Amino acid sequence: MSDTTFARLDVFKTYKLYVGGKFPRSESGRVYEVTDAKGEWLANAPLGTRKDARDAVLAARAAVKGWAGTTAYNRGQVLYRVAEMLQGRREQFAAEVAVSEGIGPKKAAALVDAAIDRWVWYAGWTDKVAQIAGGANPVAGPYFNLSTPEPTGVVGIVAPQAGYGHSLLGLVSVIAPAIATGNTVVVAAAADAPLPALSLGEVLATSDVPGGVVNIISGRTADIAPTLASHQDVNALDLTGAIATDGPGAAPALEAAAADTLKRVVRPELDPFAQDWTNAPGTDRLLSFLETKTVWHPMGI
Amino acid sequence: MAKKKTIEEPVRKAGLFEYAPAPESPAAAGDIATSYGHFIGGEFVDSSGSEALKTVNPATEQVLAEFAQGTDEDVDRAVAAARKAFVDWSALPGSERAKYLFRIARIVQERSRELAVLESIDNGKPIRETRDVDLPLVAAHFFYYAGWADKLDYAGYGPNPKPLGVAGQVIPWNFPLLMLAWKIAPALATGNTVVLKPAETTPLTALRFAEICRQAGLPKGVVNIVTGDGRTGAALTAHPDVNKVAFTGSTPVGRAIAKQLAGTRKKLSLELGGKAANIVFDDAPIDQAVEGIVNGIFFNQGHVCCAGSRLLVQESVQDELLDALKRRMATLRVGDPLDKNTDIGAINSAEQLARITALTDAGEAEGAERWSPACELPGTGFWFKPTLFTGVSQAHRIAQEEIFGPVLSVLTFRTPEEAVAKANNTPYGLSAGIWTEKGSRILWMANKLKAGVVWANTFNKFDPTSPFGGYKESGYGREGGRHGLEAYLDV
Repeated sequence: MSDTTFARLDVFKTYKLYVGGKFPRSESGRVYEVTDAKGEWLANAPLGTRKDARDAVLAARAAVKGWAGTTAYNRGQVLYRVAEMLQGRREQFAAEVAVSEGIGPKKAAALVDAAIDRWVWYAGWTDKVAQIAGGANPVAGPYFNLSTPEPTGVVGIVAPQAGYGHSLLGLVSVIAPAIATGNTVVVAAAADAPLPALSLGEVLATSDVPGGVVNIISGRTADIAPTLASHQDVNALDLTGAIATDGPGAAPALEAAAADTLKRVVRPELDPFAQDWTNAPGTDRLLSFLETKTVWHPMGI
Repeated sequence: MAKKKTIEEPVRKAGLFEYAPAPESPAAAGDIATSYGHFIGGEFVDSSGSEALKTVNPATEQVLAEFAQGTDEDVDRAVAAARKAFVDWSALPGSERAKYLFRIARIVQERSRELAVLESIDNGKPIRETRDVDLPLVAAHFFYYAGWADKLDYAGYGPNPKPLGVAGQVIPWNFPLLMLAWKIAPALATGNTVVLKPAETTPLTALRFAEICRQAGLPKGVVNIVTGDGRTGAALTAHPDVNKVAFTGSTPVGRAIAKQLAGTRKKLSLELGGKAANIVFDDAPIDQAVEGIVNGIFFNQGHVCCAGSRLLVQESVQDELLDALKRRMATLRVGDPLDKNTDIGAINSAEQLARITALTDAGEAEGAERWSPACELPGTGFWFKPTLFTGVSQAHRIAQEEIFGPVLSVLTFRTPEEAVAKANNTPYGLSAGIWTEKGSRILWMANKLKAGVVWANTFNKFDPTSPFGGYKESGYGREGGRHGLEAYLDV
């Protein structure tokens, strides 16, 4: 029996990148301070570099064949498993969302619930997309003709940095539809709110999502996003979180860089700050990173 | 590699394959004016500038007509006319828009002989092709999209999908009227208005189409045609009051347009280059495959973005296939596009001929073996013999770059995996062909090939209901079918 009482000291988490299913520190060896809305220190996040982004693209490319090749049913179960794992860590994410977005615990918990439900929504979509986006074409001749959607490949994502619910619900709303259809992604996490993103990596790592399918890099958007935009091995670019008004991380500059390799580009909303991520997602994002393949064969005997 | 069998140089035996000339009458093209302006706001108008370009008949090098080099001011006027027309056109019930498109389809059918001959004269492609392929597909495309105009609620893009506004459309010279149809029909069906720029070597059928719009009673300004070269195209795609840009053409220009549009809210669809692999397995029906290969690369002089320009043949049937292919190539008739027996017409322009010549010279210089059948070419005009390269490696320019001419590069493979790897070893991804009798292999291959259109045991088939467009640097968006509506809707 000690007569002196100590408040128990919490164990802090070292936040790390999520690349190829592993949790590396940034190759730069540097971190930056993440603060709450009042400027209070919350944690240090890895200051990801261009090299980290390139490594992540390599991992994402390597994962395409397996992930795109798995059955839609299987992908659906994996996405559902993410929802299960996120449910189990609801309190942790609620705390991170609250400090990231400067909102109260009740609202933050509701946003985490919505994020969990969004995984469930997309889990159910994996084996239905081909039926709404593809089909038989009644050509004027003796041919079997079928169009099917296929994943575009590697998608670079500038994660939402604004709008209600961006730090987790917004993040899930851009990652889940891209991977539901068999793409793999490299995500530039929201620079000012990276904690839910880095923690989501931990959830994905324990959810049967193969390594490399989702890669998450924290750091300055202006460092990471241009690397994704110009990378030869990135097929599509989601600029949802490109909110900078000028410089290399601004949407026009990123879109121009993406034009060199003719990437498919999703532009940011006209006013990203007005976006409410709790709104029903619809199918737009689900259909944004698909290629339609049409196969012909003659009919005859 | 096995020693090649000697190929008997095919001799066109007198009497056996001789055909009497069967020329279509050039007069059937109707009157061609000596000079043309633009079609803006429902009227044929002069350009604000004085620069004129000439369009020539590539089979004779004779000037067919002069036409205006569209200025920035011309483009501005056309976009303003389209903007003005958009108000009423987009508010028109879909069922009424549909009837205008049905009218256009019917008038195209009525005037198809005239249009087919005019297209052949201006482009150099054989009359057999404009008559049997281009024109029927043009009419079918308008007929197909006409039917969508009042059914957009059911197209899978949510209730009451909205048009984008003014579409700026730039099309190539290889299928002038067909590309016009692919652009204009879905744009109008969805309630947009258009400003279209035809290619500078083939403006005539687009200008003739303007007459059809007038005959159909299409409201003024719904369709505007501005002619000119790339400068006019750039002015159109850059115009601030254009909401949608659709481009079919080369990958470098597509890239430049994508860059130009960065940071705007304009929607963009691109249908660009290709370097399709036509893959023949050892169990393929050789005669059918040969027909498919010939159709794949010599159709339209090889001026086809989805042309089967790389033949990948399984090593074990290489000799047999190439023998049969060479025999077949020797029967191809190159010459007068207006002759109904002509298989291969004129190369569209001196510039394109120079490009084909430069690339085939590079093929020889890099060590590939060149072969063409004995074949007489006319003395005037732009012509190129059907040409085959064997011993081509993947690194050769003729295996990597789009030639856009009647030139086939032959590569070999041993396993299906190798065929897939070679077929996908290109920045393009527009189309591919597979020839095998084994169904499971067709589906396995089709699944692995990175191409927007895969033809199995057939090639170069097109239909308005069938989406067309590429993967990777062959562009994005699809034309044709339900998918083709998306490019013109605010969804």
